[in-house]
Amino acid sequence: MIDEMLVRRNLLSIEDLGREGILEILRESETFVEVASRRMPKVPALRGKTIAIAFFEKSTRTRLSFEMAAKRLSADTLTIDISASSMSKGESLRDTLETIDALGVDAIVMRHQSSGAAVLASKWVQASVVNAGDGQHEHPTQALLDAFTLREAIRRFQAASVEDLSSCRVTIVGDVRHSRVARSNVLALSALGARITLVAPRELLPVSVEDWPIEAVTEEIDSVLPGTDACYVLRIQHERMVDAGLSDLGEYRRNFGLTIERAQRLAPHALIMHPGPLNRGVEIDSQVADGPNSLIRAQVRNGVPVRMAVLFHLLGTSRNAVEEIDDGRG
Amino acid sequence: MNPEDLRRALVRIAHEIVERNHGTDMLVVVGLQTGGAPFARRLAEHLREISGNAIPLGLLDVALYRDDIGTRPVIAHSLTEIPVDLSDRVVIIVDDVLFTGRTVRAALDALADYGRARAVQLAVIVDRGHRELPIRPDYVGKNLPTRLDETVKVSEEGVVIGEFEIAEGTTASEMSEGSS
Repeated sequence: MIDEMLVRRNLLSIEDLGREGILEILRESETFVEVASRRMPKVPALRGKTIAIAFFEKSTRTRLSFEMAAKRLSADTLTIDISASSMSKGESLRDTLETIDALGVDAIVMRHQSSGAAVLASKWVQASVVNAGDGQHEHPTQALLDAFTLREAIRRFQAASVEDLSSCRVTIVGDVRHSRVARSNVLALSALGARITLVAPRELLPVSVEDWPIEAVTEEIDSVLPGTDACYVLRIQHERMVDAGLSDLGEYRRNFGLTIERAQRLAPHALIMHPGPLNRGVEIDSQVADGPNSLIRAQVRNGVPVRMAVLFHLLGTSRNAVEEIDDGRG
Repeated sequence: MNPEDLRRALVRIAHEIVERNHGTDMLVVVGLQTGGAPFARRLAEHLREISGNAIPLGLLDVALYRDDIGTRPVIAHSLTEIPVDLSDRVVIIVDDVLFTGRTVRAALDALADYGRARAVQLAVIVDRGHRELPIRPDYVGKNLPTRLDETVKVSEEGVVIGEFEIAEGTTASEMSEGSS
């Protein structure tokens, strides 16, 4: 059961995992959901390991979620607040990362505004690198927790133990082009068999969208909602309005927002997801976001066990042990 | 041991448990994943037949509590399910083979996270020796003296002793649990 990712010891992209790797993480996540339900929700699994949480870009939920995951595995954490670090004195990204690495940390969980930053970092440091969002490229742990949350909801709804997301019709709405969440989710959900439709203004679709593993692309949200099992709403940013040829957020809401009226087009079982933070009243109405079919809170809750699974998966085995297994001696 | 020997051993252990604990009040049977799970289920069933009371049955995966995390792949896979708060309970840990004692050490740590048990007792189908920690079983199906280079496989079909090659100087704990 030793897969690529464990040997490589980084999580940079969903593509590193493949279908089997994703399913493996989801299986391990269930173990950690059980841990979270205990009255002592902490295990000694990563005692003695140190995890640096280096965020070069603002984040609340992802950072807190990783920190909690590390602590519940009994790892020590170093949180690097970039505004207070030497970066503000002009230290380069490479120097900063190599300094953190030289302290002897076992993993660096990293968020950065540039696409590809995590891949670069993994070439510079000895520690395992976990991509917690790099520019407009990827946000793999978000996609893993979304896949986990969606599967959990489908299992509850169908009262069946489905293994993957086969034939689940997922509609992703919003600024797909600039969204690392969208990219990672398309890769992860499609690997698990979901059928994905993207809804966005043409200008907010990725350039190479025809190469994406999706079923359809449209600018017309109303027609796809009735055949949707899960509607994944992306956060829209004000500064993208001009790119999209829209006058303002009000126009975006009228054309693409999941409003109360529009949500009535959804099937009664259709699930609502959003990576947060929410622009209430813009891409999604409060009544929809807080409604009975919303998985938004479950997404946040599952962030911790899924990230525990990722960290344990990367750090629960030493390099030597991995090499032994590689040689077939393990 | 054949299936009939196994059945008799489990019935005997069930009687010993009832005798030692003056009944089945406050008992919880916890099987260690994955080898101990089927025997824990059967032991709980025998205890119910003897006492007339249903005995809570739990399952425990100790992967996250092992002392060899990092020295070999530890995959947390099997589910842990502890149906009751263990405070003031008498916990009967059930495993198939007792070897180095390290799995039981990990299990004791894990159980402590579910409450302060009044007592913890250990039942194993086979005790093959080679302990590396001061741990001993309370109930034993069969004492089976083995060499370090032998493997002991216990299933519901019976007990099989095999042999495999180990490097010189290997300690028991370095050998894979799957062949313990």
